[in-house]
Amino acid sequence: MEITIELLVFLVFALLTLAGGLGVVLARNLFRAALLLLLSLFGVAGLFVLLAAPFLAAVQVLIYMGGITILIIFAVMLTRGMVRARNVFSEQWDLAAIVSLAFLALVVYLLWQLQQGSSAALFAAPPPEGGLENPIAALGAALVDPAQYMLPFEVASVLLAGALIGAIYIARDDEVE
Amino acid sequence: MLRDALIQAGMNAGLATFLDILGGVLVAATFGMAWVLFGIWIERKVAARIQNRVGPNRVGPYGLIQNFADALKLLIKEVIVPRNADRPVYFLAPVLMVVSVILIAAVIPFSSVVIGTDLNIGLLYVLAVGSLGTLAVLMAGWGSNNKYALLGAFRAVAQLISYEVPMVLALLIPVMLAGSLSMQDLVRSQHVWFLFVAPIAAVLFLIAAHAENGRAPFDLLEAESELIAGYNIEYSGMAFAMFYLAEFMHAFFVAIVFSVLFLGGWRGPGAETYPILGMFYLGIKSMVVYFVTVWLRLTVPRVRIDHLLALNWKIMVPLALANVILTAFLFKLVPTPDYSAARAIAEGEFTGVASGLYRLLGPEFVAMLPLAGVLLVGNIALLVAAAALLRWLARRRRQEVEALVDETEYAPGVAAAE
Amino acid sequence: MDLSEWAFIGVFLAIAGILPAVPIVLGWLIGPRKPNPIKTDTYECGIETIGDAWVQFKVQYYVFALVFLVFDVEMVLLFPWAVAYGNLGLFAFVEVLIFIALLAVALVYVWRKGALEWT
Repeated sequence: MEITIELLVFLVFALLTLAGGLGVVLARNLFRAALLLLLSLFGVAGLFVLLAAPFLAAVQVLIYMGGITILIIFAVMLTRGMVRARNVFSEQWDLAAIVSLAFLALVVYLLWQLQQGSSAALFAAPPPEGGLENPIAALGAALVDPAQYMLPFEVASVLLAGALIGAIYIARDDEVE
Repeated sequence: MLRDALIQAGMNAGLATFLDILGGVLVAATFGMAWVLFGIWIERKVAARIQNRVGPNRVGPYGLIQNFADALKLLIKEVIVPRNADRPVYFLAPVLMVVSVILIAAVIPFSSVVIGTDLNIGLLYVLAVGSLGTLAVLMAGWGSNNKYALLGAFRAVAQLISYEVPMVLALLIPVMLAGSLSMQDLVRSQHVWFLFVAPIAAVLFLIAAHAENGRAPFDLLEAESELIAGYNIEYSGMAFAMFYLAEFMHAFFVAIVFSVLFLGGWRGPGAETYPILGMFYLGIKSMVVYFVTVWLRLTVPRVRIDHLLALNWKIMVPLALANVILTAFLFKLVPTPDYSAARAIAEGEFTGVASGLYRLLGPEFVAMLPLAGVLLVGNIALLVAAAALLRWLARRRRQEVEALVDETEYAPGVAAAE
Repeated sequence: MDLSEWAFIGVFLAIAGILPAVPIVLGWLIGPRKPNPIKTDTYECGIETIGDAWVQFKVQYYVFALVFLVFDVEMVLLFPWAVAYGNLGLFAFVEVLIFIALLAVALVYVWRKGALEWT
């Protein structure tokens, strides 16, 4: 295997992602765990760039790093006693381990399948027309094309609206008492 | 350019590319830093004049090197770290704050050829990088382990994330008109400045970006009267200076990004042929925008936090949503400008008034005029409708309040009867 | 895709990190360092500090973050649409009208529920 700059950069980002993830699990302080999650997400953004998907990288930074992490930090600060929690291993570590292992097995199985070439067709879908010239325009056209992703696009809107209404319903009900 | 020269001189191609990139980065970053020290001087002078003062005038001619003296002073001050601070977080916060601002410079098209790198997701990159500043504020608040700092940080984050919504919604309009996210494409498609095509989007963006920067009237991040200094209360010396620097740099970049997106960027007579002229034009435009933001900052009093959030969620976000729908509708109503046909007319034989007009004003400009006109009228109509709606709501609310007052003991009629 | 564009961003990121770090380290080295218990105490208007700042916050902040996040995801989905819009037919407009209208309904609900009031 030839060592290229791409490979080295990939190793750096992969390491960042893994180290960040490990840090999230092991950090005793929940705020620091959230910051380490940031590191991990940044690594993933870098991997997206290497996969020639800069749009996804920007989305990763914008939504996950700039949005979800803040939501997590707010959630930490909202929860009584969470900030000072010193419990490294959560109560449900056995359940978590089973889920994680199952997911790992799934990923390994998929990679193995890909190696065998049996499901290669699934991953090697042809790029959309004109996709190589302006990938973002192609994505936009695909999102509203009835033959492609129109339904998921509209369902996403319903899902977002539903999430918002549901969350507000729960949050506000707590306050009235 | 540098890369080719180095390769010809017999250097390894990979190393030459790296040096080329490094040179570009250093130029862009140094430009940003030097610009800031000069810009702070301008801001202090303008602020002084608006407040009927003289401003810095002791150090150097017209106080020009006052900022260098200040920087030196901050450098030799003690960096006091609170005992209870979360040290790594405490020191990372100012660094991340500056990084989130400097990174914007990488995709700014200073002229037709001078641009760090013209990413095909340029505008989204600017937004993504800018959103990291919010995290820096949160880190500063947490790292200081100070009640004021954390309270300030939480409020600041509520403000920053709220104002990101109308800002991004407003930016959908230029993207729609240009059909691209690349900063260079956004400049090149402004045959008519987007300020005149989409004035509502421009104003919404300027207000929201100003609020994102946390300057008056949106300076609740550091509301001196309630939160002492907000999230950066526990910072001193150079660590504090970095927050200060980031704020000023952010203000400049807001002005530059506004000029790029709505004032035609480097465009101007002769800018295509002489790129240096483009830098000059962009400089002039962004200084004007910068002056407007400073003016705004110095003349409008701070708003209250509930008003701040109400302005965002109840006025700016609905207006931005309506603006997106209206622009999308009008954009489909008017036939897409045919630039190649316009160019053909301008370059073809002289046939009369029409082709003379095309030649005089530039074919692209004339071709875009119908679209621009329709969108401008639509924007004005939307603005008038929004103003009328607000007026009606405000009047109804006032009548409600006045009806309440009449029934209380403060009413003169009741008092007289007793 | 050309990765050299992103190599530029990578180098830029490294330099952008070094630029603010250098003055802070310099200031740390040059400046005096004489901490004492009173100086390094957390500032609290001059009176003695009570407890630390890592306390529980109100649910309100979370609500705003949630509304923001929903809009953030929506806007990210709209950007590719805006880029492609010039070449799309009227159906693209109708679809986005539905898309935005649904979100507007959610916003109105949140508004009517009073979740946008700062108390």
